[in-house]
Order: sequence, then structure tokens, then C-alpha cells
Amino acid sequence: MSVFIIIALIILVFIIIYQIGKASEYAVVLRGEEKVKAQANRAIALLLLVMFALGMWGIWECHEMLKGRLLPTAACKTGENYDSMFKYTIIVTGIVFFATQFVLFWFCFRFQQSTKRASFYFAHSNKLEIIWTTIPAIAMAILVAIGLRNWYDVTSPAPQEATVVEIVGKQFNWLIRYPGKDHELGKRDFRKINDANNVLGLDWSDPHNMDDIISQNGELHVVVNKPVKLLICSRDVIHDVGLPHFRMKMDAVPGITTTLWFTPTITTEEMKQKTGNPDFVYEIACDQLCGKGHYSMRGTVIVQSQADYDKWIASQQSYYAANNPSGAPAPARPAADSTAPKKDSVKLVSMK
Amino acid sequence: MSNEAVISGGLHVEHGAGAAAGHHGHDHEHHEQHFVWKYIFSQDHKIIGRQFLVTGIIWAIIGALMSVFFRLQLGFPDSTFPIMEKFLGHWAAGGKLSPEFYYALVTMHGTILVFFVLTAGLSGTFANLLIPLQIGARDMASPFMNMLSYWFFFLASVLMFTSLFVETGPASGGWTTYPPLSALKEASLGSGLGMDLWLLSMATFVVSSLLGGLNYITTVLNMRTKGMTMTRLPLTVWALFFTAVLGVLSFPVLFSGLVLLIFDRNFGTSFYLSEIFIGGKALPHIGGSAILYQHLFWFLGHPEVYIIMLPGMGMASEVLSTHSRKPIFGYFAMIISLVGITLLAFLVWAHHMFVTGMSPFLGSIFVLLTLLIAVPSAVKVFNWLTTIWRGNIRFNPAMLFALGFVSLFISGGLTGIFLGNSALDIHLHDTYFVVAHFHIVMGVSAFFGMFAGIYHWFPKMFGRFMNNTLGYIHFFITFVGAYLIFWPMHYEGIAGMPRRYYDYSAWESFKHFQGLNAFISIIAMVVFFTQLLFVLNFFISIWKGRKMTTLNPWGSTTLEWTTPIKPGHGNWVGEIPEVHRWPYDYKDDGHGGDFIPQTLPLRPGEESH
Repeated sequence: MSVFIIIALIILVFIIIYQIGKASEYAVVLRGEEKVKAQANRAIALLLLVMFALGMWGIWECHEMLKGRLLPTAACKTGENYDSMFKYTIIVTGIVFFATQFVLFWFCFRFQQSTKRASFYFAHSNKLEIIWTTIPAIAMAILVAIGLRNWYDVTSPAPQEATVVEIVGKQFNWLIRYPGKDHELGKRDFRKINDANNVLGLDWSDPHNMDDIISQNGELHVVVNKPVKLLICSRDVIHDVGLPHFRMKMDAVPGITTTLWFTPTITTEEMKQKTGNPDFVYEIACDQLCGKGHYSMRGTVIVQSQADYDKWIASQQSYYAANNPSGAPAPARPAADSTAPKKDSVKLVSMK
Repeated sequence: MSNEAVISGGLHVEHGAGAAAGHHGHDHEHHEQHFVWKYIFSQDHKIIGRQFLVTGIIWAIIGALMSVFFRLQLGFPDSTFPIMEKFLGHWAAGGKLSPEFYYALVTMHGTILVFFVLTAGLSGTFANLLIPLQIGARDMASPFMNMLSYWFFFLASVLMFTSLFVETGPASGGWTTYPPLSALKEASLGSGLGMDLWLLSMATFVVSSLLGGLNYITTVLNMRTKGMTMTRLPLTVWALFFTAVLGVLSFPVLFSGLVLLIFDRNFGTSFYLSEIFIGGKALPHIGGSAILYQHLFWFLGHPEVYIIMLPGMGMASEVLSTHSRKPIFGYFAMIISLVGITLLAFLVWAHHMFVTGMSPFLGSIFVLLTLLIAVPSAVKVFNWLTTIWRGNIRFNPAMLFALGFVSLFISGGLTGIFLGNSALDIHLHDTYFVVAHFHIVMGVSAFFGMFAGIYHWFPKMFGRFMNNTLGYIHFFITFVGAYLIFWPMHYEGIAGMPRRYYDYSAWESFKHFQGLNAFISIIAMVVFFTQLLFVLNFFISIWKGRKMTTLNPWGSTTLEWTTPIKPGHGNWVGEIPEVHRWPYDYKDDGHGGDFIPQTLPLRPGEESH
């Protein structure tokens, strides 16, 4: 019932507005076209100027309201570079924005139709064209220069000492593989994938695989101030490892391995204090539409001290051991590890 | 040129000096044509233009309504809206949109608005209407192909519309339909029959676009009236010409991309597929590249945004000049910047792919070329601003929308400088910053160009005026609303909020934007209903609008205003007028007037532009 009332109301409003529009046409006929048009023209010129002023006030208000909801300080060096570059770009574009919008609306008001004045015939000026071709070109050259410096920085090869972690997207969660004690990720083959006991298709004939740890809860553990290199892959469709707090992202493409590296500088605990939010967590957001659960494809980054990380990794069981509890212990791993508490392996990030 | 006889599809249109006054066509033109041939399978470019426009308007309403539905979900994820169930059936069981259909709506909204409204509805309408009228031609080079162009578009429309009703729903992989998501039926419901129909529809659409584009190019190059040199063409024609060039050179690449996708989906090829485990089994595909599709797609996809923008630029130039009573500033600079944009449009596609793992060096080339586009764009903006400087501005709805176009083009263009720079894109990619950017610049701004064109040329199309007051209401609410919707979205994007999410409430980093999302949704609905007001104004004015009583109501210099109030097929009664000057002589004509039509010869001692 209420739906019909709403629809009836909307239709009513339409009819009223339409009638106002129609009435204005009769008014034109009654009061003389020229006079009404001149009046309307003046009113609109003023309205445009008022709208510009309100718009500027609105931009200010909007900024005041939303600035507190942006991301906290970037949690890695390249992220800091990003933030400063973003600031410079905002300054350049901001100046252009305010100048051109002001000019646009001011000209509208200042040069509204008037019978006292004829328009000024001014068809071209090569000098002006050269000026406003050159200045933007120089501004762009500067922005490109800053951009490429940062781009080559962020896409440079990871340092030798970087920890290598593999992150594999699948509909709709992240699988994260750590190399284990041998610091080497073993080979895998998508044809060996089995959701029951080999989610990444690890090739068991490769001894490097025996100690690899796979966390299926989307938790990426990294050590603060130590570079980490992500090998990014996908099992099915294209996903994207989005790391907003580190100001970077990279696609996960089936059949192709992409990489991303960064050095986290702030631990999760420190960030909780910095932001004053006890629930703060670095999140991994899938940024490439991957199907119905895309919006729930969430992972987390746990940035921790070396000691905490070591404690955590020691508590992890190798994927092989976790899935072959009764079988022979993994050759490359001491049997003692297989008794470690089983954690983090079943709690999938599920859709709402 | 004017003596050429045009032969096409059995219709002979002889025109030029040799034809006797009034005898400009086929015998049928002197009898009442049957309704079907006059209005449905018409070969008159003006009717075809109107067909594109009306179809575009219908699609725009459907596409915008979809955005209202998914904005309801985004704004109010915890509420139910039983009315949605009436529209969407089991996809919104209990008044709650399902995630699958949310993505289908997002996909269809993008596809419809980008291709069916802002490509076919925009350049289909105005290239058809304006090219022959403004260059002084009786019709297109091939009226028959022109008719086919519309009917292929219609067929594409039918296929796309049908896909809304299939059991597994329409395509839901985003308007870019990246494989493997779009290639594998197991990956998503929308990758079933809906996706097949999407591909067929788009392939048909490409045919339509090519038939139209070839025609526009040929017509501009070959059918100009006597005296109408290329440097005397109105900027609308220049813009529509480059639009057609962009389409003709880039749509075939999309077509090949789509065909390969059809092969991958149906015939077991592996162009885009490699090493995939889905639906509990490993697929046999090996060696393909999902990224290949993105290259093919964006080779059209990026020129496509200029296909959308250029007609608006051309029309805004024309409208700003006419209603400022001033020549467009820097006519040649405007043409050169159009050439620059057209060339660069082909060289920047991979800026949509900075985070696909492409070579950083390749990325840096695309950064450079992308930011270069800012230069011709800036030239255009400064030229528009100088055009209105010291003008004598009449604020009718057409002019307001042209001014709004400039404002939005500036705002949306500037955010492109962020996204084109890969070092910033690596964070902003696929966030709401992108959504805000492209909606302002190629969504709303292009729409404003279109509205400016509709209000300006409505009298030429229908011999009547649209209601001004409703036009003003339409402009102010839409303009303010567009900024209210898309300005705050930039903040969401800066905060890294990903686009194409169904629900943000589980995310610690993004859930605090809930209130803002609700605000945006409410404004979006207000703006939607305001567009219905425009539609109402449009259709009622066709039959009830104030009648046009003079040939040239805006005091315009261009040729279309020398045709009769309701021009028949063939446009001019008698000879096609000859052109003697450039199209922007808004100056004292020596008799107290403030413009000199293109058809008047130069006065003694007057210099041509």
C-alpha cells in the first residue's frame, strides 16, 4: 500500500512541476517574451554564481566531514612516497580546478546577456594557444617525472633478503603459502589440485614442498621492517591483491605469476594504538571482480615483530603433515613438528 | 561535389544545381509515404537520428533504473525493498537483491550506458542528424547502410534485452567482461546463457557501429556542399567525424576479442585460458593469456571513452559559441586538439592495466602517453573559457548544459591525471576513485553534452521547443546532484574502497562509509526522477511544445537552420545553399544583427577567417 502512495506522490509532484513549467510558457505570452527572458537570464546568472559559492563551501564541508575517515599513515616506505606524490598531484590539480571553475562561473555572471553591450569578436590568438599548451605540458612532465621515479621504485626487483610468500586467489578466499624451514617454495601444478588435501596442487615429488605451510584463513604474516615479496597467482579467475594500507595492489592471474614487494614499517599492534581503533587490521581486499562472493574475498596482513613471527611460524604445521597425519612424516621436516597444534587451516573466510 | 548523383539501395537522390527546384528526389517523396517507410524503415537521416535518440532514451531509463536498484543495496544493505521484488522477481526475493543479480545489474548498467546510450544514442543521433544538415548534403552517402546501422543496433538491443530474462540472469562479469570469469560457466551464474547473449549482442552492435561510422566518414569527406571546405566545417562535424574514425579503427579489435572469447567459451580453444581449476576439476586449457583479452578489449575500450566524449565536445563548442554570440575561440586549435586526442586515444589503452603485472617499462610509456592527453584537453578547456569571455551569454537550457559540460569535464579530467600516473594508480585502481572519475568525465559530462545537443537541436528535430522552465529545473538538480553523488566518492576511493562490492559491512577499513553510501543513494534517486522529468518534457514537447515560427530561432550561422522548419527527405527545397564563410561569424553584420550565416558571401573588404 505504502508503495502505491509513494508512486502516487511522485506522479503528483511530476504533474505539479510540469504544470509550473507549462504556466511559465503562458506567462511569457502574457508579459512579453523579451522581458521575461531578460529577467530569467539575470536570475540564472546570479544563481550560477551562488551555486559556485555554495559548491566551494560544500567542498570544504565535505572535506572536513570525510578527512578523518581516510586511511591512516602508509605502513611502508613506498606507501609514504605514494602519499607525498598524491599530495603534490592534489596541489597541481587543485589549483587548476579552482582557477578554471572560478573563471567559468565568473564569466557566466560577468558576461551575461545585456543589451548595453555587444560581444567582443575575438576568434584566435596563437600566443594564448602556445601559452596554454606549454604550461600544461610542463606540469605534466613534472608529474610524469615524479610518477615514474615512484613507479620504478615500487616495481623494482625485491631485495635478496626478502621473505618470499605465495598468495593464491580462488573463489572466494586467499591461500597463503610460506616456504617453511628450507626457505624454498616447491613446485606446484594446477592438475594436482584437490580441495580435500592439496588446495594448491603441490607436487609431492618436490622435496621443497614437504615443509611448506599453507594458511587458508587469509592471514598473511609478515615481519616488520623486513622486505616481503609476494608471488601472486590465481587458481581460477582473475583476482587482485589489494593492500590499501600499503598503497598498492596487483592482479592475480591464472597461469601467470605476478609479484609485489614491500617493507612494512608499522606493526598491527602499533597501528591499533596510532589509530585508536582496537579492531584495526590491515586488510587484503580483492580488487578485481571475481564472481558472486567478490565482496567477501577478504584477507588480513598481520605485521609483527620478528619474535612474534618466529613464535607463530613455529606453531604452524606443514601442509603435508597436516593432511597426512597417519602417513610417513615429511622427509624434509622433523617428525616433532607434526604434533604442533593444528591451527589456521580450516576457518575459511566465508560469505555472509 | 554538389552535382554528384548518389545511388544507394535503389534510392536515387539527385541534387545540386541541375535539379529543378523542389525536384530533389525520388518520386515517392511527392506522395505520402506509408508510415512504415517513413518512420520505421526510413532511409532519411533525420528519422534515423530520431530512432537512435528514442531508443537511446529508453535504454537510458532502463540503465539508470538499474543503478537505482543497486544503489539501494549499497546505501541500505540491511533493509528490504519489496518493490524490487515486483521488478526483479526471484533475484530480489523478499525485497533483498541477491549478490549475483547485483553484479548483473552493475554489468548491464555499464554496458547499456557506455554502448547503447552514450555511443549509439549519442553519436548515432547527432552524427545522423547533424552531419548532412551542417555540411549541406541531402542525406548520408548511403542511406540504406544508415538504415541498416540502426536496425543492427535494434537487433543488438533486442538480444541484450532478452538476456535480462534468461534463467541464469544476464552477464555479470562487469561491462569489461574479463575472462576467465566471463569465459567459464562454472565461474558465475551470469557467465552462462546471459554471457552468450551479451557477446552476440555486442558483436551485432559492432556491426551497427561500423556501418554508421563508415557512412559518417564518407559523408563528411565526399558530400559537402559547394564552398564547404573542411576548414569551414562546424566543430560538431569535426568532432563527429573523429568519433567515427575512432570507432571504425577500434571496434574491429573489440570484435576480434569477442570472437576469441566466443571460441573459448564454446569451441574449447585456449586464447584466454590457462591453468585453471574450477568447479572441482582442472580444465584442460593451457597456454592462453587472460591478459590478452584485456589488451584487445581496452584497445577499443579506451578510444571508446573518446567516442563518448568527442560528440559532447563538438556540441558544447557549437552551443557555447552560439549562445555567447561569439566565435568559438581558436577554431584551428580546437581541430588540432581533436586530432591530438584521436591519435593519443589509440596509444594509451594499457593504462587500464597497470596492475596486471605488465612490464614496468611498458607501463612507464603508457604513463607518458596518457598524461600527454591532458595537453589537448587543457587547450580545449581554455578555448571554451575564452569563448564565453566577453560574450553576451543567453542562459537557455542548452547553454547551461554546455557550461555544465565544461565544469564536469574539468573536474573529471583532472582526476584522470591521478589515475593515468601508474604510481598513483597502483593504489587507486579499481576503487571508487575510478568510479567517481569516469562517471563525472564520460558519464555525466558526456550526458551534459548530449542534453545540450538535445535542447539546442530539438526545434530542428521536431519543429517545436522544449519547455524552458522544466529544462532549468532539470539542469540545476542534475548538475548539483551529479557533484553530490560523485564528489564524495573520491574520498572513498582515496581510502581504498574497492568498486563492485555488494556489501562493505564486513570490512574494517571501509564500513564507516555506510552513512555516505546511503546519502549518495538518496541523491542518485532524486537525480533519477529528475531525468524522468526531462523524458516527460521531451516526449510531451514533441506534440505539445511551443511551435517554432522562425527558421533560425537561436540566430545560428550554420546550415541546418536554413532548411525549412520541418525539412523533408532531401532537407532543402530547391538548391542546397552555397557556403561562403566559416561557421562562427558571430559579429556585427552591418545591419544591427550579431551574426552572419555561412551562406552569405563576404562583404567587400571583409577578410575571411
